[in-house]
Amino acid sequence: MADIELRQVEKRFGEQYAVRPLDLCIKNGEFVALLGPSGCGKTTTLRMIAGLETVSGGRIILNGQDVTWLKPSQRDVAMVFQFFALYPHLTAWENIAFPLQAEGERRENIQRRVKEVAELLQIEPLLKSRPGALSSGDQQRIALARALVRRPSCFLMDEPLGALDADFRETMRSEIKRLHILQNATTVYVTHDQIEAMAMADRIVVMSQGVVQQVGTPAEVYHTPSNLFVAQFIGSPGMNLVKGHWADGVATLPGGNRYTPPPDWPEALNRGLSSSGVIVGFRPEAVHIHPNGQLAATVYSVDLHGAYTMLVLEMGDDHSIHARVSRDAHFTVGETMRFDLNPSMVRFFDPKNERAVPITNRN
Amino acid sequence: MAVSTTSAPITYATRVDKVGARYQFTRALRIAVVVLYATISLIPVFWMVTAAFKSRPDVVAIPPKVFFTPTIEGFISLLTKRVLLPPGMMEEYKQRTDLNFAERIMAERGQRITGPSQYGQRLLNSVIVASASTVLSVLLGVLAAYAFSRFNVPGKGDLLFFILSTRMLPPVVVTIPIFLMYQQLRLYDTHLGLILLYTVFNLSFAVWLLKGFIDEIPREYEEAALVDGYSRLQAFRKVVLPQAITGIAATFVFCLIFAWNEYAFALMLTSERARTAPPSIPTVLGTGGIEWSAIAAGTLGFLVPVIIVTFALRDYLLRGVTFGALRK
Repeated sequence: MADIELRQVEKRFGEQYAVRPLDLCIKNGEFVALLGPSGCGKTTTLRMIAGLETVSGGRIILNGQDVTWLKPSQRDVAMVFQFFALYPHLTAWENIAFPLQAEGERRENIQRRVKEVAELLQIEPLLKSRPGALSSGDQQRIALARALVRRPSCFLMDEPLGALDADFRETMRSEIKRLHILQNATTVYVTHDQIEAMAMADRIVVMSQGVVQQVGTPAEVYHTPSNLFVAQFIGSPGMNLVKGHWADGVATLPGGNRYTPPPDWPEALNRGLSSSGVIVGFRPEAVHIHPNGQLAATVYSVDLHGAYTMLVLEMGDDHSIHARVSRDAHFTVGETMRFDLNPSMVRFFDPKNERAVPITNRN
Repeated sequence: MAVSTTSAPITYATRVDKVGARYQFTRALRIAVVVLYATISLIPVFWMVTAAFKSRPDVVAIPPKVFFTPTIEGFISLLTKRVLLPPGMMEEYKQRTDLNFAERIMAERGQRITGPSQYGQRLLNSVIVASASTVLSVLLGVLAAYAFSRFNVPGKGDLLFFILSTRMLPPVVVTIPIFLMYQQLRLYDTHLGLILLYTVFNLSFAVWLLKGFIDEIPREYEEAALVDGYSRLQAFRKVVLPQAITGIAATFVFCLIFAWNEYAFALMLTSERARTAPPSIPTVLGTGGIEWSAIAAGTLGFLVPVIIVTFALRDYLLRGVTFGALRK
């Protein structure tokens, strides 16, 4: 088990940055998700930790040891690939035993450890099959077993659920989470699926265009996104972002709406905003319907989700926002409704630098 | 699968589009074309096989005989050196009791066997030269192809083109310079000389063919092996090679057939010690007229080794080893 530390790690292809200098400290036993859209540098970062990609600068420290220029085989990491990468010419058993054979492990030890890990993952009946004969879910179980069998100091997973069918994905998600808790191994998990990251990770590293946007617990990145990208990327749908003007302690929003923040905020906003422009962000569940609410919008569509109802509202022209409301409430399209916002779920952004304005004493 | 549990199961035993008159007709036509082509291709082979077992009068008979009494005269003349005996001495020779089976047959034709021919030695030379050069070109080819496929070799495109360009010249153009070079280097009439030459010729082909096969193998397999604790070379040997086996077998057969069949260089660059079978078979023209059955027998013997190798590798040639374990 190990700490992973990245110090100013970067990757360039010619002049092009795949990953801009990045600092990250992953604690022993932590489950960290690297989250971002495709091409954001998350997989490259993972591959640099694995040693499959050389760094263009910076250092990688694994368990106190500088491994920046060590070969993958010398790093004591195990990796699970998106497309499983099971050796097609070997049976499942041979696949799992493969890393142990590299260590020159004795035959009876290999037998025992493959058996142990097969029991853990409940794949004993599959051991004699070749990967081609197995379902994708079972193939990924074998791939996990191959990673687990070595008892490496950390696991690197590159979108391990990306190639699975939707119904398998959830099963495997809880299986990986369970294994993580059982083994308590440091895990770095790359995904573009924010639901996966939210559900599994202790901490999420949100990346975009080779730059780390925010590092935080799932709750932190969800509730206090540090910039517009994170606000939009996390959550489905993402945070509502409404452009407005800030003057005299009041934000003027489209459709003639005026939003007055809680009393102790204006001071911080005056200090934090670089101009009179402001973007008010709030989660769909921050909407609180109230006949005397200070904001008004027109119902554009009503989507029933069963457990709740998602309203698409229009605030002024072309400004649609999502509101998550109780399934018991009834609305008709075209109706105007009033609502308030739960202040603990509201966040102000500066449109110039796209950053969130820090409000120090919010809860 | 909960699909269509309510409706009756569909059977695919009869496809509607395969019972129509039009389909039946085109199918018959296709079969006819294939049969015709196969027949035309096989006639020379048929002639060769039958001629090898025909007697001297039978082989030149017009119209050609399809039914005849088989004899191994051709094979004996192929494998022996003989002299013609004048009729007087012949009678005396035939009376001898110590004649063996082959000598008796040849005595009927008025010939006396004086010793073995060089055919065996030449076939052996062919085996040595062809197998050594094939193994060398496949071995070097697979290493080079792997490097070109996986690494950023400086000037990769130029190098690959350069390798290919060695095939752009008709080989005959360079026979004289190579002949002179080989004489200086003392490679003339040596096995090594021919092996080196055939390896060079086959290498470009092997590199390009194998690169195609290795490009098809996803890098993830090696990367998995690297993380699993193997070195690059071990990963290559344990993960890449087993999956490239189909391509390697195909390349092996192609290189072998080229080296086995090569005629012009073998004729120019060898004389006695290293002469291979292709330039020597036409020289079995024999004493008194062309010995067609000996030539046919020699060609048959020349054909057998490649047929054996191709058949031995046919499973690899046809079957891919990657059973779709990687989803695309």
